[in-house]
Amino acid sequence: MEIRPILSAMLRNKTGAILIALQIALTLAIVCNAMFIIHDRTSKMARDTGMDVNDIFVMTMAAYKPDYNADSAVHANLDLLRSIPGVVDATYSQSVPLSGGGWSDGATTTPDEHPKSTVDMGVYHMDEHALNTLGVKLIEGRDFTHEEISYIDGDKYTTPKLAIVTKAFGEKLWPGQDALGKTFYEGTSGLTVIGVVDTMEGTWSHWEGFERTVIFPTVLESEYMRYLVRALPGQRDEVMKVAEQKLGAAHTGNFVRSIHSLEYYRKSETSNDRAMTVMLSLVTALILAITALGIVGLASFSVRQRTRQIGTRRALGARRIDIVRYFITENWLITTMGVVLGSVMTVALNFWLVQLYDLPHIAWYYIPVGILCLWALGLLAVLGPALKAAAIPPAIATRNV
Amino acid sequence: MLGYYLRLASKSLRRTPVITGLMVLAIGLGIGASMTMITVLHVMSGDPMPGRSATLFYPHLDPLPRDYPDEAGGPADNLSWPDALALLQHAPAVHQAAMSGGSVLVRPARSDLQPFYASGRYTTPGFFTMFGLGFLEGGSWSAADEDSHARVVVLSRSFADKLFGAVSVVGRTVRFGDTDFRVIGVTPGWQPRPMFYTGYSYSMFNGPDGYFLPLHTAQELKFGVDGDTDCWGNANIDSMYSDPRCTWLQLWVELDTPAQVTAYAGFLHDYSAEQLKAGRFQRPPERARLDGLMPWLRAKRLVPADVQLQLWLALGFLAVCLTNIVCLLLAKFLRRRNEISVRRALGASRRDIFLQFSVEAALVGVAGGLLGLVLAQVGLWAVRQRPDAYAHLAHMDVPLLLWTLLLAVGASLLAGIVPAWRASGEPPAALLKSE
Repeated sequence: MEIRPILSAMLRNKTGAILIALQIALTLAIVCNAMFIIHDRTSKMARDTGMDVNDIFVMTMAAYKPDYNADSAVHANLDLLRSIPGVVDATYSQSVPLSGGGWSDGATTTPDEHPKSTVDMGVYHMDEHALNTLGVKLIEGRDFTHEEISYIDGDKYTTPKLAIVTKAFGEKLWPGQDALGKTFYEGTSGLTVIGVVDTMEGTWSHWEGFERTVIFPTVLESEYMRYLVRALPGQRDEVMKVAEQKLGAAHTGNFVRSIHSLEYYRKSETSNDRAMTVMLSLVTALILAITALGIVGLASFSVRQRTRQIGTRRALGARRIDIVRYFITENWLITTMGVVLGSVMTVALNFWLVQLYDLPHIAWYYIPVGILCLWALGLLAVLGPALKAAAIPPAIATRNV
Repeated sequence: MLGYYLRLASKSLRRTPVITGLMVLAIGLGIGASMTMITVLHVMSGDPMPGRSATLFYPHLDPLPRDYPDEAGGPADNLSWPDALALLQHAPAVHQAAMSGGSVLVRPARSDLQPFYASGRYTTPGFFTMFGLGFLEGGSWSAADEDSHARVVVLSRSFADKLFGAVSVVGRTVRFGDTDFRVIGVTPGWQPRPMFYTGYSYSMFNGPDGYFLPLHTAQELKFGVDGDTDCWGNANIDSMYSDPRCTWLQLWVELDTPAQVTAYAGFLHDYSAEQLKAGRFQRPPERARLDGLMPWLRAKRLVPADVQLQLWLALGFLAVCLTNIVCLLLAKFLRRRNEISVRRALGASRRDIFLQFSVEAALVGVAGGLLGLVLAQVGLWAVRQRPDAYAHLAHMDVPLLLWTLLLAVGASLLAGIVPAWRASGEPPAALLKSE
């Protein structure tokens, strides 16, 4: 196949070719970046949290009686919850996992009142039923005992002496060492690691430190108290109804302010990611469709415009396959111009997005994969018009069009 | 002449229904996606107080220690109790009011209602006149009520309905926490978009306030504050309601003339200098400043990054659609060389040809704009299904409706320029000869 005649034919009508190439370049830049963002968001949503998310629900109780006693209420509520059939376990918790709101602090390896740099961690305050309620895996050390939990007035909080930490937290604070038995500091208060758990997400799934989670053995007594309850598989919704009714009728001086599944919190926290994924997928599909239709439109036009030349070529001995090849090669040349420009635009667009919206840098292989996809798309789009061109009979050359 | 071009254009468009349909679809999709996101952006960055926003100001003081890290959204965005009182008493304003978001336990008298937490506002009497919030019944509390920590409350109509039903409620009693409050006024539903006076980007798309009660009363009773409360130094969160090292209050000021603005800014400077001298402030008085409502709101960056990103994506999509239309129009126009040649040979000027094809492009734009309008409504419906607080605001108003059509026609005219130019550049006789 001679490329020279195709090129010189294209040069005589460059506006159309340049426009299609530009459209392909834009398409590549947008689609590559969109696919990359989609992948980033979906992998975030599909991440293993280390917890039994589907079976857990969250109850928030609020005080309403003047003689409300937080200490007796928390014990009464937890005893009640744990006695409900279908409940695996229940724990007090100061914050809701994966909900986007919680407690964070900085840790250091040496005591320092004004530390220069700290390892930030997500802090859960829970009781000795925490690990069993969350369903997280203890890989080293031990769980808290009942005696180690301090029940204190929320306004008189002081840092506890013990903590259970995630593997990820240990690795960040003491790289390459075993965290178990070590002491870390919050300011000048030291905490001894008595247990290490595998994966366990904190409350902020968008934060880079989402895996650096620690559990403090503290129950903060106040007018709001929150409980996490894990039900037997498949029984969560029934247990939620029973729990709401039982705690509401228990006369412990507080009422059920809200009750939601952990899935609910997770869903509302990831709803933006889902909306983004849907929007990006839709726009990607539409852009590809519009671009393909554009190629079909322009190719059909150029076939019709060159009907006589095609007839002449056929009359002079060109086979059908030669005609098809001509159009495919022409389209391939245009697409290639487009993707070369598009690769540069993809990187530029990504660079700009990274600057503005704190996105990660695009992985290099998105570009070659995108190029292959657009080559295939161009080929498919031009095939119809090219076959139509091949069907032009040689005799047309002798007629007036 | 234009009528003739319109006839020619519609005839030509109908002759190639597939290409025409494709162009209308492309414009429609591009405009639909863009207008959906532009509408969302528009409702999130609108003027919450049309007609009043130019006279509303937010003062800043900086009582932080010298070595405290500077950050946007830090403690200095709000005021401490002593500073807010000082400004209320001595600063020269037309109207001003200090306020804080409130969350109280409401214990309804109706036996069929469980106790519940409700959000409202603790504020000073200037609030109602400054923001132009009227009353359906009763009125505000007086400055004397404020100073005497009166147990009075103003309810919004919908909140009153919830507690008492649709009856007159002035003079009735509501129980907040362990204290009884007498209802002295009822306001209509009032919700500026965004709820700028809450002070925090995360609460500006929340629902309206259910009640308003005197700030001094709430401060005395230590009612729950719904908003950021920041303390520094050795301040205890227990004493945040009066500690000068804890900020939790917002203050809004009405200033009608530039002279008043200058005077107020001068007061802030002098006050800061005084506090510095007294040793309470550590930072220079130049840190004090007075922001206008709209600049202050813009600095809050209410539009989430995801929404901005989606807007850019939609505009990128529109760009692809437009390039596509340029291609198709070019192909379509150049196919009609014969027609152009005949018209040119019969005396049509290049300008006429250019106009004729521009009309055709504009016609595609109108059809695409109408389709885009429908698609944008579908898109906005989808946005309203999102759980974000701003989502329910996503509606198109009449100006935006017109903008949609204008954008569609403008975009397709722009797309038509190159093709129409090329078409009008065809020499009159050359093509006739070649056939």
